[in-house]
Amino acid sequence: MRLPDPLATLRAIFHPPPTPGVLGVFGQLDAAVDTVRRLRAGGHHDFTVYSPIPRHELEDVLDQPVSPVRMFTLIGGAAGCAIGAWLTLYMSYDWPIVVGGKPIGSIPPYVVIMFEMTVLFGALSTILGIAFNAVFAARRLGTVLYDPRFTNDKFGIFVPCAPDRAGQVETLLRQAGAEEVRRA
Amino acid sequence: MAEAPAPPSRVTYDFVTRAVARTLGNPGKGYYALLGGAVGLLAIGIVCLLLLLRYGLGLAGYSHPVYWAVYITCFVFWVGIAHSGTLISAILFLFRSGWRTAVYRTAEAMTVFAVMTAGLFPLIHIGRQWYLYWLIPYPNERGLWPNFKSPLIWDEFAIGTYFTVSSVFLIMGLIPDIAAVRDVATGWRKKLYAITAVGWRGTNEQWRHYTRGYLYLAALATPLVLSVHSVVSWDFAMAIVPGWHATIFAPYFVAGAIYSGVAMVITLLVPIRKLFRLEELITGHHFENLAKLCLLTGMIVAYAYCVEYFTAWFGGNPNERAAFWYRAFGPFWWASWTMIICNAFLPQLLWFKTIRTNILALFVISIFVNIGMWFERFVIIVVSLAGEPFTTWTNATYNATWADWGIMAGSFGWFFMWFLLFVKNFPAVSISEVKEVLPPPRRASRAVHA
Repeated sequence: MRLPDPLATLRAIFHPPPTPGVLGVFGQLDAAVDTVRRLRAGGHHDFTVYSPIPRHELEDVLDQPVSPVRMFTLIGGAAGCAIGAWLTLYMSYDWPIVVGGKPIGSIPPYVVIMFEMTVLFGALSTILGIAFNAVFAARRLGTVLYDPRFTNDKFGIFVPCAPDRAGQVETLLRQAGAEEVRRA
Repeated sequence: MAEAPAPPSRVTYDFVTRAVARTLGNPGKGYYALLGGAVGLLAIGIVCLLLLLRYGLGLAGYSHPVYWAVYITCFVFWVGIAHSGTLISAILFLFRSGWRTAVYRTAEAMTVFAVMTAGLFPLIHIGRQWYLYWLIPYPNERGLWPNFKSPLIWDEFAIGTYFTVSSVFLIMGLIPDIAAVRDVATGWRKKLYAITAVGWRGTNEQWRHYTRGYLYLAALATPLVLSVHSVVSWDFAMAIVPGWHATIFAPYFVAGAIYSGVAMVITLLVPIRKLFRLEELITGHHFENLAKLCLLTGMIVAYAYCVEYFTAWFGGNPNERAAFWYRAFGPFWWASWTMIICNAFLPQLLWFKTIRTNILALFVISIFVNIGMWFERFVIIVVSLAGEPFTTWTNATYNATWADWGIMAGSFGWFFMWFLLFVKNFPAVSISEVKEVLPPPRRASRAVHA
């Protein structure tokens, strides 16, 4: 019996095989928007759109659900507020010293700490939410074709498809106004 | 404030990427001269600080009852400088203000480095710096905890949160821009940007989460920026020292902070724009809007000065009246009048469009505002303490020493060193956000509109 090669497993994780499909490079925003519309009408849904900036036109035509990052912000903020309240109240009652004739656990001054902790935890969990969703949870990360011009002035659409359907997708991309079409 | 006029057609997506990527090349003599100056100032500060550590706070000019002096003045000054960055990057972002895109990165970097500078001063000021961990709530053998009813502890939380949140906000904004320069860079910079861009490719999934997250960060940073300088003001307003104990302090400090911060943004942008030849991205329009923001906050500050004096007179409290008389006509009259002339009178020149649109005039005014705002904190802190009328040391005076001035100079060196290193190694203008306000490339047959 052959044992699995650990290096091969690592290679598969860090250098996964490329996803088969077709990449179209677009010079114009409206051509890319048109293509997305045609692809969706043609039953494609798991394609990747590259753009140098976020554009509402693309967002509208892609019709994606709202990002779950907001739940991270909400939970982080609420947790921060609770931690702020716990920190101040627990520590006050743990060593009760009367300061300025005020009650041991005085809520008004503690609101400041609770507010700061809400913002701190809310912001950090938002970052975690973005990282988790945009980096770790991205499907086919690093396996789909990319072109360095996509962060400059070109828009791109990668359509994953089996090699036998690639010709059909290529035609669609070209008709919709792609400047360049490549296969993976 | 009016939106930017249509940019010249030369400014395309590609132009923006190239113009910003060009600023990251090998530095010229001018850059090294500025960096050398900053490091030199920092060296002076480090020597003074080492002497202060060795011989103690006696080297600073403290004399009873003035135990908060230049270091706390510098602390409040630098925290104030930090404020306009988040105003421009978060509050104007929520207001969808297009002109902020070209200047916000500089302002945001300034924020992070100014908070880094400010944070040093409480540590210098506490004297026995090796006990700084006493400020942190940690379970210790005596079961003692910090006093959460003290504004100084609120301040620690506020500044800590502000530093963390403004840093992550800066880093978040940088990611798509680092990816853009990664894709045009060569050599070791390409490797640096490949790592720091954390795999950004501008896919629809990435933008979907990124834009949402950025919106929430801005929404969290907006109340934060208002809270931080309010909390700093409570360091004073919660005490009963005449000249400190005023309810106007929180909004007065916030307006002053934004005022000094906007002035510092102008002071930094003028040479950066010249040095990096960014005239086509950072135009007169941006400077004019910054000048208007300066004028607005300057008017609020001038109003606060009037209210302070009016309340002291109208309130009828003899101690309060004496404190303000001492402020205007006592031995520190020169500091008070420097503050009033630089902050309340000089910026009135900004009502004139010819001055608002003259970059050199703006640069000079911004430096005077910086000086005036430093003196504002000096007047509030030192002069209020020195003039405490109910102490028996009414005639006590205060003279700052070389240790005070040296460490203050060092703080400027520290700040400018980080700032200069940043602008040479990371995009000083937001590439993706400047592109957002440009008309996108469309097919010729369609009407062109942004």
